[in-house]
Amino acid sequence: MALSREQIAMRIAQELKDGDYINLGIGIPTLVANYVPQGVQVMMQSENGLLGMGPYPLESEINPDLINAGKETVTVVKGAAFFSSAESFAMIRGGHVDLTVLGAFEVSEQGDIASWMVPGKMIKGMGGAMDLVAGARKIIVAMAHTSKTGESKLLPQCTLPLTGVGCIKRVVTDLGYFEIKDGAFYLIERAPDVSVDYIRAHTAGKLVASDGCPEMKF
Amino acid sequence: MSGFHKVVQTYQEALAGIQSGMTLMIGGFGLCGIPEGLIKHVYDLGINDLTCISNNAGVDGFGLGLWLEKRQIKKIYASYVGENALFEKLMMTGELEVELTPQGTLAEKIRAGGAGIPAFFTATGVGTLVAKDKEEREFEGRRYIMEKSLTADFALIRAWKADTMGNLIYRDTARNFNPMMATAGKITVAEVEEIVEPGELDPNFIHTPGIYVNRVIKATFEKRIEKRTTR
Repeated sequence: MALSREQIAMRIAQELKDGDYINLGIGIPTLVANYVPQGVQVMMQSENGLLGMGPYPLESEINPDLINAGKETVTVVKGAAFFSSAESFAMIRGGHVDLTVLGAFEVSEQGDIASWMVPGKMIKGMGGAMDLVAGARKIIVAMAHTSKTGESKLLPQCTLPLTGVGCIKRVVTDLGYFEIKDGAFYLIERAPDVSVDYIRAHTAGKLVASDGCPEMKF
Repeated sequence: MSGFHKVVQTYQEALAGIQSGMTLMIGGFGLCGIPEGLIKHVYDLGINDLTCISNNAGVDGFGLGLWLEKRQIKKIYASYVGENALFEKLMMTGELEVELTPQGTLAEKIRAGGAGIPAFFTATGVGTLVAKDKEEREFEGRRYIMEKSLTADFALIRAWKADTMGNLIYRDTARNFNPMMATAGKITVAEVEEIVEPGELDPNFIHTPGIYVNRVIKATFEKRIEKRTTR
């Protein structure tokens, strides 16, 4: 069975370490916050100027001056800090954020990522994505393995305008967990009951996978 | 003391000297921390041909969305513009020139502008469309592109509390781009929720020192919420 969006987030959450400062993008990455392992404390950075983002507010707690990078109302946890956008991106670009999880349209076997623009359609802008891929110490891409029309999103080369070059080393899709090195996608773990052959058939980029590749555990 | 008294009573005084063709910085992230009254007054003035530097472009009918209605903006520097249907239309028809800029690069361009630094190198955008026509250099084995700084004729910002000398404190995530923009405007106008006497704000907790601020005006804000999420 291919993973649900929640399961992709659950698998990524297993990578969180106690004491990590993390930045989660919009979509599947946001769900990672729901599965922080027992005994692990992380501080979430929101690039509009908040370290220590908490859950959504109760109706009575809504504060229009307190939003996340997705412009949603949020709260803060104990020990939180507010700062300017320049300070926020000093954290990001200076390599101080331990882990960034973000979505993508395409990832290449060279570690390139395309995530911000589809030519000919609406161009919304890159927001902080280019800064995050250039600056974070560890980046995990969370995305569907194939497009809605069944095309592989793990490619020899990205076809869309890039967000960053050679910066992605880990990808978790609904089919598996991949490490990118030496110009190939190395299958580290596969989704439960998804065969290596199935993954190979749905991966356009170079895939390195052993038949004994373990299944993900939750 | 009068040379340091920055408080004005009307929007006419707050924006005296603003004209068509100028470059303006406008603080805020989405609709959070935007100088609502100053934006409205620029709309009422009807000046146009403006170059705007702002992380976003408001929404239809609010924030910078108002200026789009009157076609007041010629060019905009922004990092994310996905919340505004009119913006999309004007960009597609070429009525609006858009310089999409990575958010961290935009923040740093403004910070550098205010600090007298003409340009800087960053890894953000290397190998992407953003790097087009920009000088590239390698430092210690990594590639970087040169980004030029930004300044403006007017910086329109929003703060929480001010004293009459223009010292400012921001509140929560309404801070965002406002502190850097305060430093990068030839004339910086702060629209604030509360004004107190000098000495009432603890000098340890001033976010923007008054040296950067030319005019302060008190206002009440609608503080429209873009995405009202609750648990």
